[in-house]
Amino acid sequence: MMGMNNKDATLFLIVIVLTLLAPFILNPFPTDSAMAQFNAGYPDLMQRFVIFGIFAIGFNILFGLTGYLSFGHAAFLGVGSYSAVWIFKLFTYNVIPAIGLAVVLAGLFALLIGYVSLRRSGIYFSILTLAFAQMSFALAYSVLSNPKFNLTNGETGLQVYADDPQMFHGPNLPDLPHLFGLSMRANHQMSVGAWDFNFNVGYYVCAVIMILAFYLAIRIFRSPFGMMLRAVKSNNTRMTYTGLNARPYALAAFVISGMYAGLAGGLMASVDPLAGAERMQWTASGEVVLMTILGGAGTLIGPILGAGFIKYFENIFSKINESVLHSWFSFLPDGLEDVIVAMVYPFVGKGWHLTLGMLFMLVVIFLPGGLVEGGQRVMKLFGKKKSGSGAKEKSTQSTPAE
Amino acid sequence: MSKSNLTRRGLLKSSAVAGAGLALPTIFTASSASAYMNEPTGGSVTLGFNVPQTGPYADEGADELRAYKLAVKHLNGEGDGGMMTTFSSKALQGNGILGKKVEFVTGDTQTKSDAARASAKSMIEKDGAVMITGGSSSGVAIAVQGLCQEAGIIFMAGLTHSNDTTGKDKKANGFRHFFNAYMSGAALAPVLESQYGADRKAYHLTADYTWGWTQEESIVAATEALGWETIETVKTPLAATDFSSYIAPVLNSGADVLVLNHYGGNMINSINNAVQFGLLDKQVNGKKFEIVVPLYSRLMAQGAGEAVKGVLGSTNWHWSLQDEGSKAFVKSFGTEYGRPPSQAAHTTYCQTLLYADACERAGTFNPCGVVEALEGFEFDGLGNGPTLYRAEDHQCFKDVLVVRGKENPESEFDLLEVVEVTPRAQVEYAPDHPMFAGGNLGECNDGA
Amino acid sequence: MDAIILQILNGLDKGSAYALIALGLTLIFGTLGVVNFAHGALFMIGAFCAVTVQRILTLSVETIDETRTDFLGNPLKVKTPYVENWFGPEVGAAIIDWSVPIAILFSIPIMLLIGFVMERGLIKHFYKRPHADQILVTFGLAIVLQEVIKYFYGANPIPTPAPDMFSGSIDLGVLVGFDVNAIIYPYWRLIYFAFAALIIGGVFAFLQFTTFGMVVRAGMADRETVGLLGINIDRRFTIMFGIAAAVAGLAGVMYTPINPPNYHMGMDFLVLSFVVVVVGGMGSLPGAVLAGFLLGILESFASTTWATTTIPGINQIIIYLVAIIVLLTRPRGLMGRKGVMED
Repeated sequence: MMGMNNKDATLFLIVIVLTLLAPFILNPFPTDSAMAQFNAGYPDLMQRFVIFGIFAIGFNILFGLTGYLSFGHAAFLGVGSYSAVWIFKLFTYNVIPAIGLAVVLAGLFALLIGYVSLRRSGIYFSILTLAFAQMSFALAYSVLSNPKFNLTNGETGLQVYADDPQMFHGPNLPDLPHLFGLSMRANHQMSVGAWDFNFNVGYYVCAVIMILAFYLAIRIFRSPFGMMLRAVKSNNTRMTYTGLNARPYALAAFVISGMYAGLAGGLMASVDPLAGAERMQWTASGEVVLMTILGGAGTLIGPILGAGFIKYFENIFSKINESVLHSWFSFLPDGLEDVIVAMVYPFVGKGWHLTLGMLFMLVVIFLPGGLVEGGQRVMKLFGKKKSGSGAKEKSTQSTPAE
Repeated sequence: MSKSNLTRRGLLKSSAVAGAGLALPTIFTASSASAYMNEPTGGSVTLGFNVPQTGPYADEGADELRAYKLAVKHLNGEGDGGMMTTFSSKALQGNGILGKKVEFVTGDTQTKSDAARASAKSMIEKDGAVMITGGSSSGVAIAVQGLCQEAGIIFMAGLTHSNDTTGKDKKANGFRHFFNAYMSGAALAPVLESQYGADRKAYHLTADYTWGWTQEESIVAATEALGWETIETVKTPLAATDFSSYIAPVLNSGADVLVLNHYGGNMINSINNAVQFGLLDKQVNGKKFEIVVPLYSRLMAQGAGEAVKGVLGSTNWHWSLQDEGSKAFVKSFGTEYGRPPSQAAHTTYCQTLLYADACERAGTFNPCGVVEALEGFEFDGLGNGPTLYRAEDHQCFKDVLVVRGKENPESEFDLLEVVEVTPRAQVEYAPDHPMFAGGNLGECNDGA
Repeated sequence: MDAIILQILNGLDKGSAYALIALGLTLIFGTLGVVNFAHGALFMIGAFCAVTVQRILTLSVETIDETRTDFLGNPLKVKTPYVENWFGPEVGAAIIDWSVPIAILFSIPIMLLIGFVMERGLIKHFYKRPHADQILVTFGLAIVLQEVIKYFYGANPIPTPAPDMFSGSIDLGVLVGFDVNAIIYPYWRLIYFAFAALIIGGVFAFLQFTTFGMVVRAGMADRETVGLLGINIDRRFTIMFGIAAAVAGLAGVMYTPINPPNYHMGMDFLVLSFVVVVVGGMGSLPGAVLAGFLLGILESFASTTWATTTIPGINQIIIYLVAIIVLLTRPRGLMGRKGVMED
């Protein structure tokens, strides 16, 4: 189907269904229940899920296939965001040109950095990408935001001001990024009984783009080009001996993943028109590395899972405070309630980093293939029973055929 | 759960079509529209406390959060009422705000504009917060202020000292109680003159980002007006942890005062390094070498330890003040938490009270009503003397403290002593002052 | 001239910290082949050993002074450290004053222990795993260690001054005939440099002149052959991990008087120390030390006004710029060996 084998097509369909129904899936708890704290179905977080999903999918094309571990991909995300906001400032709030420029500029930037960095491999390559990204961050944070030549607006972040030219901005267009007049913030809330579900334009724009990006990634993974990239990873020397030059392939993968990062950056600016320099910092580059490994590097769906996992913790666990805990455990007798709250409290709210760190360790210790392997094991548990009964059927079926 | 029932429902319906040129496809049933963003419809109202809980400013954030919780208690009529009893406006009854019980949600800004906006958005979109407050840096304050303006939510800034917050980045929905870099300069200058004389040569080390630049600009202007000479202004990278290579050349530059335009960890390290290099023991140009830290905080003094002794700076508020408001606040906070409040705690507590009071006086939570009630509001009893929330730029004008690192502290909290309370008149400036020019408040936005 | 000498001193001083951290990191790379993202955290834990010693020494008995009041108007509780009660105020104060040097003794066994436990309990299981997994697990560990420290000590830096007699500065310039105040340098920073030189020298001597070190070096060069010779190389590598942890920890202890430690300081050094190791060349101990000092000195010179006016922002990017130039001109860093972490 559409150039995919059955397994990929099924996965692709699952991703489509999950993404489009995300507003329902992510809000499983009634709005007023105590568990609503765990609901993730509000526009901002849903947008973040798919945007970082795109970022991680792209990163995986480089890292998962070629094995080149870039520690500087946040730079491309930042370039994407800055170019999108500049389009908003100078020309129009329409997101299409902004996203377009974000992808193109990030691609060019990636070409430049990739061309230089790919002269080395292994950790030397990683450090080269890290160095370029940290330089970009440092320059964006201070030097490029000086009053004489303010390209990035530094610490505050690049944003649109009322006196910006915005040449093609019309009076009846929304004063926020929009898709041909449809504001990215436009939102519809559906109330069903005690549940509320949000349908947000920004989210669906990003979701559709992520689905396309995911489709493209599947095609790349299964293409001859993808095979070449795997060859770069598994045996670079042999590839060279057979007369193939690995570098152009690796560079192509680098630029493609840079463009994915730029796309993610452009979308981030489109749903929220402010581009902060921290987006380019090494911690941000490290985050996408963690997302990919956590989810399962080299797998199709892994990076998206990893991105969702980390963003969920960042946004949901950090908001659980002491009074929330008390309200959860209020059914317990007073003394016990305090004890339980005191035990849980270090792991939530301001302690969300601790929980995240422990989960990193647990996942990598017990699930060497990342979350995807976890999923596979669960499937196998169910699958065993199924395949067991299936085997029986088969044997019963096969007997008559003989 | 610390939140009310119907708030969220109100929220997105209205944000929904906000500004959209076309109507949304109404495949699904929409309930009745509310008058403004996140209108509280149940028996409670939700405020969003967005403070750094991870990263280098986590302790400052924790103190802000303590103050917010205390303010909520007082607003709901629990505890001893704190500064509500000394506040000149008597609109607050201790029965919540407009009869609605105050509830709150918390979030982590991580001191990054992106993360802070994400957290604020989740408060607005998910929790139905009607006001966002907090923060510990100007970058975050400006980023969140912009977001609140777009969303139609009131933003009561926490600790933000850059001129830009109420200068070129000012917004109609944003309010700042904290003082700013210009005021630091204006308050410090006369004290510097009386203590160190009018004939001094200053060397500036400045954190290389927006806040650092505005502070450097302010202090340079204020000290040069005294007749001081500025020998050199050197920018230091934000990520710098060791300042030795910036400190080492100071002694040979001919300067006899070092101004550290640093905050937080940067300041703690740079002042420590400066003291290690023995700057404070030296005589230059026949005068004793001095260090000035224009923006002080008690937490920074605590981190820097011995190094701050005798060093001058300015601060928004200090717990040793003896006016009725400060005393009531310190008592209330100290009894609750066993420690005196920091200036960050004070400003965030005031902001919460001021917001609640404005709602009461306006008779609504509608941001435009609140803006109207706060603009030009004159009040007293919150610890800094008679104060004005100026209508033109939403900046508070009040007395500013000049403080000095104490030589013989009596306790771990007793680190700064107040040298002078600079009267408000001395730190005032015109709304179109060049350091604040270029911004535009715009119209208040209620998100409807 | 004096300005140049000052910046060289600063560079050596910064370089000492870089070199010490990078030395441990490269030992772990070289012996175990593990990318240890928790190495910065070990540096941080070392620093908090000093804080802990200081806390223990200042454990106090509270007495109530009726004549003075605290911030709430209650009678002031005056804290007197137990050591002052036991040894008399003067000796007690002196002991507290020397808490950082005392912490050095205290931290060595602790850091060795932490190193052994880390290696046996966690790292051991990751020898055969891809580098990516090693990064994830050690990064997770770094976050956990960091958060545990934050939970107990808060996020604010904690002042841990050097002993009083070392807290001042010395006028080096006068000694060699410059003007007064031309070259002022803090005692503690000079001590730090000397200490770093000592540790580095010690590690090299240990590897060079002891049988143990010889085996370890042989193991670094060809682990399998050494294993085939019937030598238990694993146990030796565990010990090397402990030593690497101790080196990082000592670097941390000694660093506390220079800048007050906070729970985040390890992360601040992490990226930098990786850059140092790679610029030095993977698997090369002298390379790591050389790169540490080189980058330290270049960083110091880049922050002079002369440099920043010539190229604006050079002080922000110098380390990374040098890394790029070195790696492009010398494929394996300054002294790297072929085939180490190149795939």
